[in-house]
Amino acid sequence: MTATIDTGLFGPYGGRYVPEALIAALDELAKMHQELKNDRSFVAELSHLHKTYSGRPSILTEANRFADYCGGARILLKREDLNHTGSHKINNVLGQALMTKRMGKKRVIAETGAGQHGVASATAAALLGLECVVYMGEEDTKRQALNVARMRLLGATVVPVTAGSRTLKDAINEAMRDWVTNVETTHYILGTVAGPHPFPVMVRDFHRIIGDEARAQVLELTGALPTAVLACVGGGSNAIGIFYPFIDEKSVRLIGLEAGGDGLETGRHASAISGGRPGVLHGARSYMLQDEDGQTIESHSISAGLDYPGVGPEHAHLYDIGRAEYWPITDKEAMEAFSLLCRTEGIIPAIETAHALAGAIKLGKELGPNSTLLINLSGRGDKDVQTAAEYFGMA
Amino acid sequence: MQTSLERVLHQARGENRAALIGYIPAGFPTVEGCKRAIDVLIDSGFDAVEIGYPYSDPVMDGPIIQEAADQALRNGVKAKDVLGTLHHATERGAAAVVMTYWNPIEQFGVDKFAHAIAQAGGSGVITPDLSFEQAQPWNQSAARAGINTIYVVAPSTTDDRLRKVTGITSGFIYAASLMGVTGTRTSVSNSAQELVARIRQVSDLPVAVGLGVSTPEQAREVATYADGVIIGSALIKELLGKDLDKGLVGLEELALSLAAATRSANRESPGVSGAKEARGVK
Repeated sequence: MTATIDTGLFGPYGGRYVPEALIAALDELAKMHQELKNDRSFVAELSHLHKTYSGRPSILTEANRFADYCGGARILLKREDLNHTGSHKINNVLGQALMTKRMGKKRVIAETGAGQHGVASATAAALLGLECVVYMGEEDTKRQALNVARMRLLGATVVPVTAGSRTLKDAINEAMRDWVTNVETTHYILGTVAGPHPFPVMVRDFHRIIGDEARAQVLELTGALPTAVLACVGGGSNAIGIFYPFIDEKSVRLIGLEAGGDGLETGRHASAISGGRPGVLHGARSYMLQDEDGQTIESHSISAGLDYPGVGPEHAHLYDIGRAEYWPITDKEAMEAFSLLCRTEGIIPAIETAHALAGAIKLGKELGPNSTLLINLSGRGDKDVQTAAEYFGMA
Repeated sequence: MQTSLERVLHQARGENRAALIGYIPAGFPTVEGCKRAIDVLIDSGFDAVEIGYPYSDPVMDGPIIQEAADQALRNGVKAKDVLGTLHHATERGAAAVVMTYWNPIEQFGVDKFAHAIAQAGGSGVITPDLSFEQAQPWNQSAARAGINTIYVVAPSTTDDRLRKVTGITSGFIYAASLMGVTGTRTSVSNSAQELVARIRQVSDLPVAVGLGVSTPEQAREVATYADGVIIGSALIKELLGKDLDKGLVGLEELALSLAAATRSANRESPGVSGAKEARGVK
């Protein structure tokens, strides 16, 4: 499933659809990614940070009480929520921030939706002494105010983006404009497996540690591979991270849970694969939400982190070849699963992650007690407490 | 066969002057208002017009063009309006091209789009986010339709890549004057002249400079070394947030002074670039 190194194509998806001004920087990045992948000192430095800073390996938790609501299927949670900064995002950010140092650049920029990637970027920048600017849709700065404060405490500049739908897609546009202008001094820490080559490949490689660890942990615990691996999909970084080491294991079902918002039939959703069609957005070809002219349609989701009209190109390819499935989960289903995990396991998940939990409830009921479901618990829900309290009428 | 654009650029070279090219998004400030603005540009002495295809995610554009495109999209501008505006310009006898991000072409149908441009009398398409690696299907369709494929190069483009990109370009080479997005600037970056000189080493095609060229003084300066001067944001600024009739008066004033400035530029003798002929569609 490895994309071609020079062009970054996954079947007909991926590639580079960007202003010529960025090509030289993307070439440099692609070359550096290839070199550093096998560079002992780089790998050791990153591994040291994983162990001593972000807290890897993340643990595997068996969710026995939650399993009662999943048709009795065995439920195993890969606890990325326990990483420093509270989600899987730190894996990629530490990798790219170390690369930034090696490129001799002193400034990083990032886009953020829910704020998790922005917080992770601000954290890594503080740790490594880099200037950090985070672009965030104005709409998202309101629904994720806690994360805005965290980023500012960490010394980052948060720029609210007021263009377009004022969410993640517009934050990416603004980050790209900054990057085109300041590419000589600045690295763009793209937070998901989308964007122009080499980002989809590079970000996946920094996140595959989730799947590598989980695979070994599940084998040790159960003596077998899981029946299915589930993860929520916005751009798709946590999903590709946990899927990747299982792609060649044909017996393992891979299921990505997209944000179904109010339901696909309402048109108010963020399910690029289940409810979109192929096109080009943010530098790569993939599935996306668009009108007949190719204008991007605004996405809708209760979860800021999944509120994105596109998806990473590798997911598009996995879907086309039938290797992975992508199901939409409505806001309502996600919030029910959110509440259930809180009350059965004492874990408050991110609302993004709750989409994967809702998928597990569905799949568990379908497969029954003889199945093992590995779920990427990609983030914790502290940032969502306000939204959830309002949703459940507790505020 | 030469496109109108190629003829116009060839003629300007013959007169030892730079061509003046104006950009305006279709549907801005309205579909009809845009056509009137195009008339003003043509009547004021612009040699060619670029009609922008308003797009929801314009990562190459600064605040002025973003706002104009946004307004056009809010007005409900569609592909047929872009083609209709192109047709209007070419019927008026102007050399005209469309400038668009890639996705609208892909969704329209690559072959179909090239054909529709030719049908509307358009000379070609500028594709600022279609990278060399992804360009082949478009180049084939454009060649079949007999239209120009205009690519953008930047100060960061390596010599090796300049050779590749200019090799698939026809009509003119769009030289981005600086590393950045569209918009008005107080001065034209030095990198523009350096880039044009580097392009001359690898290609005989006409070179037009765009991005941040906004005043008559800047146009005159660029016209001393480039084959074309591209003005976008400055023209749009005249119409943004203004009553159309008043806006068009301001636009005409600016357009006339840009045309006069471009024509008054002191150029080296035609020996340097003018001796080499503008090349036809390959």
